[in-house]
Amino acid sequence: MRFGVIRFPGSCDDVDALLACRRVGEAELLWHADRDLRGVDAVVVPGGFSYGDYLRAGAIARFAPVMAQVAEFARAGGIVLGICNGFQVLCEAGLLPGALLPNTSLRFVFRQVALEVASTDSPFTCGCEIGRRLSIPVKHTTGRFYAPADQLRALHAEDRILLRYAPGHNPNGSLDDIAGVCNEGRNVFGLMPHPEHAVDPLTGSVDGLAIFESIRAHVAGRALV
Amino acid sequence: MTGATARHRELGLTDGEYELILSLLGREPSATELAMLSLMWSEHCAYKHSRKVLRRLPTDGPAVLMGPGENAGVVDVGGGLAVAFKVESHNHPSAVEPFQGAATGVGGILRDVFAVGARPIAVLDSLRFGEPAGSRRSRYLLERAVAGIGHYGNSIGVPTVGGEIYFEPSYEQNCLVNAMCLGLAPHERLIRSAAAGPGNVLVLLGALTGRDGIGGASVLASAELGEGDEEKRPSVQIGDPFAEKKLMECCLELLERELLTSLQDLGAAGLTSSSSEMAAKGGVGLEIVADRVPVREPGMEPFEVMVSESQERMLCVVEPERLEEVLAICERWETLATPIGQVTDSGRLRVLWRGEVVADLAASVLVDECPLYDLEPAEPGAGIVLYGPGPALLDGGQSAAETLLTLLGSPNLASRLPVFEQYDPVVQSRTVRRPDQADAAVLALPTGEAIAVAIDGNGRRVACDPRRGAAEAVLECAANLACVGATPLGLTNCLNFGNPEKPHVAWQLTEAVDGLAQACDALGVPVVGGNVSLYNEAPSGPILPTPVVGMVGRLADPSRAGRLAFSAAGDAIALVGAFEPVSGGSELAKLRGEPPAGPLPELDFESARAAHERVRALVAAGAVRSAHDIAEGGVAVALAECCVAGGVGASVTLPAGLDPFGEAPGRAFIVSGPAEALAGLDVIGRVGGEALSIADLLEVAVSELRSARDRGLARFL
Repeated sequence: MRFGVIRFPGSCDDVDALLACRRVGEAELLWHADRDLRGVDAVVVPGGFSYGDYLRAGAIARFAPVMAQVAEFARAGGIVLGICNGFQVLCEAGLLPGALLPNTSLRFVFRQVALEVASTDSPFTCGCEIGRRLSIPVKHTTGRFYAPADQLRALHAEDRILLRYAPGHNPNGSLDDIAGVCNEGRNVFGLMPHPEHAVDPLTGSVDGLAIFESIRAHVAGRALV
Repeated sequence: MTGATARHRELGLTDGEYELILSLLGREPSATELAMLSLMWSEHCAYKHSRKVLRRLPTDGPAVLMGPGENAGVVDVGGGLAVAFKVESHNHPSAVEPFQGAATGVGGILRDVFAVGARPIAVLDSLRFGEPAGSRRSRYLLERAVAGIGHYGNSIGVPTVGGEIYFEPSYEQNCLVNAMCLGLAPHERLIRSAAAGPGNVLVLLGALTGRDGIGGASVLASAELGEGDEEKRPSVQIGDPFAEKKLMECCLELLERELLTSLQDLGAAGLTSSSSEMAAKGGVGLEIVADRVPVREPGMEPFEVMVSESQERMLCVVEPERLEEVLAICERWETLATPIGQVTDSGRLRVLWRGEVVADLAASVLVDECPLYDLEPAEPGAGIVLYGPGPALLDGGQSAAETLLTLLGSPNLASRLPVFEQYDPVVQSRTVRRPDQADAAVLALPTGEAIAVAIDGNGRRVACDPRRGAAEAVLECAANLACVGATPLGLTNCLNFGNPEKPHVAWQLTEAVDGLAQACDALGVPVVGGNVSLYNEAPSGPILPTPVVGMVGRLADPSRAGRLAFSAAGDAIALVGAFEPVSGGSELAKLRGEPPAGPLPELDFESARAAHERVRALVAAGAVRSAHDIAEGGVAVALAECCVAGGVGASVTLPAGLDPFGEAPGRAFIVSGPAEALAGLDVIGRVGGEALSIADLLEVAVSELRSARDRGLARFL
């Protein structure tokens, strides 16, 4: 399978995401100003500061030419993974519910946190077991997940919370320890932690690979159908 | 005196310097020329009080590809790859406006590194503030400087992998913010700043030029701080990491496509210093049409355009036939690119403004003709107290356990996690050892090998004995590299001192440089670049003399990079290296309220070097599970740090007569590993249990050690 990783001018973790994707498949960078996804099987919107994010994080990126294609791809059922800034961008673009607010500490926080898999019913977690713990770093200033009460109820009711911070590991004050949620169609997933920074025993943990391997397995299974 | 000659004093030139300018030019300088000369002849740009003494530092080594004089030093790391690195100060801007001062300090050092063609891969910071307990100002400077460093480094996608922070009363008014950056490049991608090829086009890249930072770094950094510094706040530049991110990617792509003849960053003194240095190094001239420079606001004067320190700008030389391609790449990266002039064969820097010549100077007058001053060092006489005693937290009546907990909880030794958590250490996917995991950061290379980097300095010890204290900084840095298994390749330094025109400061500076030179010679580590920051004085006196040393080393197998944590119960613990730690100049002496004075232990470079080599070999062979150098707080604190990092206790018996809290940094180590692997070493105990137990001295639960260490700095942030 082939991943496409969006590169905005202020993306920071684009190459990291590219390297992580290449551990399970092929991957290439997609330029923000191009209106072309080049036929990839899955899109990754990576971490960083898309257009500087001096305004609200992701507020400008949603208007990027490439994002129109991402929205269309998502509506057609394409697999879209938003990591950190990518999560913020997908929320701003209305592809995911809720919003990311400034951390309760009002500070940037880097921390290796423990996550728990809360749902395996998705292309992103299908290779995991419920309750499996993943050690993955977070690094952000604006990562406190928030959704209005009715939306939050729907997320719970529809099993759309895929990852939670393990007890005592919530780094930012996210509601209900939510670390990552998917859309109604379950094909768009955003998370604040960085699975692409947990794919190599040399640099830390390999637990983030579970996300990328799940995507590969899902796409491979779909191809068989 | 005429108005013009009085003006030179306002701009910081002495009467003698102005006389020299008159004789070099054979006429009075124009207003634009005077502004340019005053900055190029400032301490910050001309190193006029330090250049002679710096010549004592060794700069040659087998791995050196570029030494002092380029934007950054460069060493070979094998496999056709090179690492560029440099440390630079941004002290005075940070003392005036800590967030932007620290942020632009990071921005500036990043530009120095990509100016030689290397992709920045890591940042480290060395910070000094006044005592946080008694000073709201110090807590404010700490919090805002850390936030500024994080803002810039995190946003641009370069990991902050290490650093150090110390608090001493003498930094109360004059904090220190030194930033170090490392970059990685294939050898063939390295580029120099010398302009070449008359007829080639001079292209200004990046941000608009504004009135911000007119004379900022160069004026702020070349005189003492004093009352009314609030008014200087507008001369601190404002950082824009997004602009720099685009500028960096743009420059790296231009270099990858081999489209540039030379490249230079714009730092202090802006367009003036970058263009005159490019011309002087290349032995060519440059003609700049200053009114082509895109400006941020209308009505700017030509001198303002020439000296503005607006951030996020670079200057490059391009062959005319490549200009179109260069401009297209810049457009793709949304980076402004403006041809503002050309290379000439005149050797002169000529500045045009609306068709008229407003400056026409030999580039060498700006770069090379500034008079260099001899220092007049004098050792302070007996009875002269430069740095007074501090408040006493300990009076000697405490138990050893209480002393250890107080040391671990002191702001200088406590956990740095509350600061390091504000930095991204992992972006770019190279970081094998993060802060708190090992004594040095380790970064994997595409060759399968790795580099290690550490930054060290201890002003308190340099104040006790400038020569030995400075040499100890080099030893400690090399010891940190040894703990991860790395062999030193090169060193960069930032010399932070007070006013060099005062004899005792001149003495501190010359002694410290001699100490650095001795240690570098003894360890075979060349100095590949650095920076000097003088006039770090407030009305209350000079800062502690603070040479900061950043060292880069190489290790073959990153999977064996050392860790500091005790990990396996039952492992033997050994002491490596001969040392005779003493109380003078130690952290404990500080907590007892003693002034920084008294003799430091003698330097035995051969013995230290042998200890480094032994530890390096043990780590590189995978024979030990932990290695940690014994520095501030002595062997007791080093043991406690190993226990806390591993969450496991240890029982040891120290050699008779060894002062558990005495210091002699850079000479000895604590290692742990299977007993068979440590055979032949001086085994002092075993890992295990839930407490650190030192026979006949103390026993403290690891949880108690951890909580003291965790609270020490966190309570001020």
